[in-house]
Amino acid sequence: MAMNLEVTEVMGRENRLGSISGYCGSLRDLSCRARCGGIKGRERCFNQNSLCNAACAQGTLSLIMDAAIVNHGPVGCAVDAIGSNFVLRTMQRLSGANEHNIRFLSTNLRESDTVFGASEKLKATIRETWERHKPAAIFVCSSCASAVIGEDIRAAIGELNGEIPVPVSPVFCEGFKSKVWASGFDAAFHAILTDIVKPPAKKTRVVNFINFFGSAKKEITELFARFDVQPYFLTAGSTIEGLSRLSESIATVAICGTLGTYLGTGLEQKYGVPYVQSMRPHGIAGYEDWLRKLGAAIAKTDEVEAYIAEERPKIESELQRLRSRLKGLRAVIGMGPGYSFNFIRVLGELGIEVVWTSAWHFDPKYDSGANVPELEFLAGGGAEDVPFTVSDQQNFEVMNILNTLKPDIYFSRHPGTTVWALKLGYASLCVNDEYTAFGYKGIVNFGTMILDSITNRSFAELFAKRSKLPYTDWWFRQDHAHFLAKAAGSPAGAQAAAIGGGHE
Amino acid sequence: MSDLVETPRFVCALGAIKTVQAIERAVPILHSGPGCGAKLAGGISEQNGGSPSGYISPQIYPCSNIGEREVVFGGAERLRQTIENALKVIDGDLFVALTGCTSALVGDDAEEVVRSFKGADKPVILADTPGFIGNNIRGHEIVLDSLIDQYMRPAKSEAGLVNIWATVPYQDAFWHGNIRALEKLVASLGLRSNTVFGPRKGVAALDRVPAASLNILASPWVGLGAVRKLEEKFGTPYLHIPTIPIGPHATGEFLRAVGRAAGLPDSTAETAIRAGEEEYYYYIERSADVFLETRAMARRFVVIADSDYTLAVSRFLVNDMGLFPSKLYITDDAPIEHREHVAGYFAEFLHGIKAEVEFSADGGAIHEEIRNTDFYGRPLILGSYWERSLAKELRGHYVGLAMPVVDRLILDRSYVGYDGALRLLEDIYGIVLETFI
Repeated sequence: MAMNLEVTEVMGRENRLGSISGYCGSLRDLSCRARCGGIKGRERCFNQNSLCNAACAQGTLSLIMDAAIVNHGPVGCAVDAIGSNFVLRTMQRLSGANEHNIRFLSTNLRESDTVFGASEKLKATIRETWERHKPAAIFVCSSCASAVIGEDIRAAIGELNGEIPVPVSPVFCEGFKSKVWASGFDAAFHAILTDIVKPPAKKTRVVNFINFFGSAKKEITELFARFDVQPYFLTAGSTIEGLSRLSESIATVAICGTLGTYLGTGLEQKYGVPYVQSMRPHGIAGYEDWLRKLGAAIAKTDEVEAYIAEERPKIESELQRLRSRLKGLRAVIGMGPGYSFNFIRVLGELGIEVVWTSAWHFDPKYDSGANVPELEFLAGGGAEDVPFTVSDQQNFEVMNILNTLKPDIYFSRHPGTTVWALKLGYASLCVNDEYTAFGYKGIVNFGTMILDSITNRSFAELFAKRSKLPYTDWWFRQDHAHFLAKAAGSPAGAQAAAIGGGHE
Repeated sequence: MSDLVETPRFVCALGAIKTVQAIERAVPILHSGPGCGAKLAGGISEQNGGSPSGYISPQIYPCSNIGEREVVFGGAERLRQTIENALKVIDGDLFVALTGCTSALVGDDAEEVVRSFKGADKPVILADTPGFIGNNIRGHEIVLDSLIDQYMRPAKSEAGLVNIWATVPYQDAFWHGNIRALEKLVASLGLRSNTVFGPRKGVAALDRVPAASLNILASPWVGLGAVRKLEEKFGTPYLHIPTIPIGPHATGEFLRAVGRAAGLPDSTAETAIRAGEEEYYYYIERSADVFLETRAMARRFVVIADSDYTLAVSRFLVNDMGLFPSKLYITDDAPIEHREHVAGYFAEFLHGIKAEVEFSADGGAIHEEIRNTDFYGRPLILGSYWERSLAKELRGHYVGLAMPVVDRLILDRSYVGYDGALRLLEDIYGIVLETFI
């Protein structure tokens, strides 16, 4: 399946990949439906606030060190500038770079602009962004308000008539466009792919490394040196010049399949840079699968095998010790789909049973048309019966599930989602570093983190005693899928019965 | 001048979800896109003092999660469903539906939907807060108006009870510590106070608002509309104090003004002031050498903050600490009609000292001006995290106290009153003392 990179605006994942944000069943059923194309999202008639794809788009682009963002919207849509500035400033400090604030401006759409239009305001803000900061590129992001009132961002950029000597790239990421916020990554990567990346002038030994914040840059750089390649981490900490040369690289890898699909596939399709489609490097099986497929892509198969043979035995005894302590623990996972699949596997390697997973959305396939490798692995290897829901961070469903299943531990990954399990009295661990459980040492560290949080329960126990949950008793008596519209052939009822959940 | 915003120090009107959350067991219901709540709340609470959660959080807020379908076909039915089910699922005492940009632009009749819940078990009210009508401070005022208009009913008056209104919850990262400190000051006069934001208040406190005999507003302009509305609706007079009091000078003025308005004899305030100042000056005396002999300390300071903090902090530093202001900046997008009287306060420092003050939400332009200002030495820069790199660039001292306070955890800290002034001095000198020469 070829991607259409010629479009101005990338479609949301629902329309492009058939992604869904409402489902209840099992991993086996999900994988089976994904393979035969028979998966249809189910709507909810009650929702809680989730996330915005503009936040993903702006978060991705605003961490490029020398770019600038213009958000064409009311001032609230530019609030991402605050969090991104914190990350950017930290990166500047750690790398010894010149410290400056993020270049992120809002056109500050006001009520009158919604009546009379605001393309002049947009052009003035883009000009001012250039005058103030001389960035290496300007990304102009849309908002719900600019989209609903029909602002033509592309035309406004066109009217600047090339007076700005760097790329000015539109990014269509209005919040109502998709309930799958990862669509915002695609909108950002589309802008990079079409307006920033240049055709290769030469080929290099660089591996494009699509990640989030990059806490393991040092370890990965050292690891890659063994294979005679250098990683180029993006987008956090990258530059426009560096991104323009992604086409010259020897391969692309991504720490998260959900994050990397659009850019990885696009670079392969447009410039022939192989996108390594493996499980992610979390835990042992994932790390080795990733290393081997990377090794194949960069013609370093023997070196990778030598590395695995040398390094793997080093953790064996510690892993055995951890497994014996963690065996029998029951866990619930609530993460994005990529991390959910990877951590079902990682927890299995530690001897922990995953009794439920809630993924924030589900992509039945990636942009290449390939199935999700982590899901294929699980569906064929003993985890196929894991009960599985897809919900866009619907806390009320997760809490209902936790209250019914009473696990030993909950694993979260997103801001603000960790405390709720703790309030129910369960240990709760936030896997917010994308390199948690990365590689051999990573799984030992992760297992130790779990053991520590299971062992020292003082914070959880005291806090839970003092906490009152914001849900009614009525809600805890309902089935967790109560508000999920029924779909034909849905296994929801059977699943709920299996976990002993009540019915309406 | 351009209307653009760089280095945002507020969010949009829908940010008033956090004003709702500040009322215990009140629940915001968003009629907006799926991500507005988490984004806005993230900016004004997670990244502003580090308090994103509570009894509820953005993960709990019910939301109609408007998508493409609602943009085309309207979302009123979606809102109705959301409210109906929120009442069943969420254990709250008061539900406030807040509209966002999209629902306003596509013309959903949210008022009609909310009206249809008049007979519901729990009160449901509406606050019309589309992002394009203004910032979250404006949104805060809209929520206060909605509470007064749609929720509050006349109550039997309680003698000696005063309501206190001050800074905007969450926009002011120190809001709760500040309320506590104001309550203590009022209690030092022997008065009982009622405040609606924070723990153990909730709807019971809202119900008592009309019972008070006085509304005390310690804020340059935010909340003026509300206290006037309360006067109009319930006949409660109000006392307008220019801003939160920091340090002995402003705190003394505050206590005297409240005492007079409550009809207390002068001696009551004077006794409280004497006790406060004695304690305060014990510490000042101990550390005056540090204030006088720290080589690295700046003499000229600049504040870049909302009206309340720019005024309160500069009053303290000028009137109590003998420092000198440079040009000051107010970044809260104060409505034009309030700007003249707010600017007037900056002409009233002791010893005839006046400060120029500019209203601007364009942090980029403010920074450029500060770069070109002569501070006659190191500047002391009191502002938001946005000023951190500027201070480094100018070899100045930076204290983060305005939204966004990204790099500090604020629990119950307050700069209000005598104690609060000591905290502010600790925080300023905590930074200054990192620099020896």
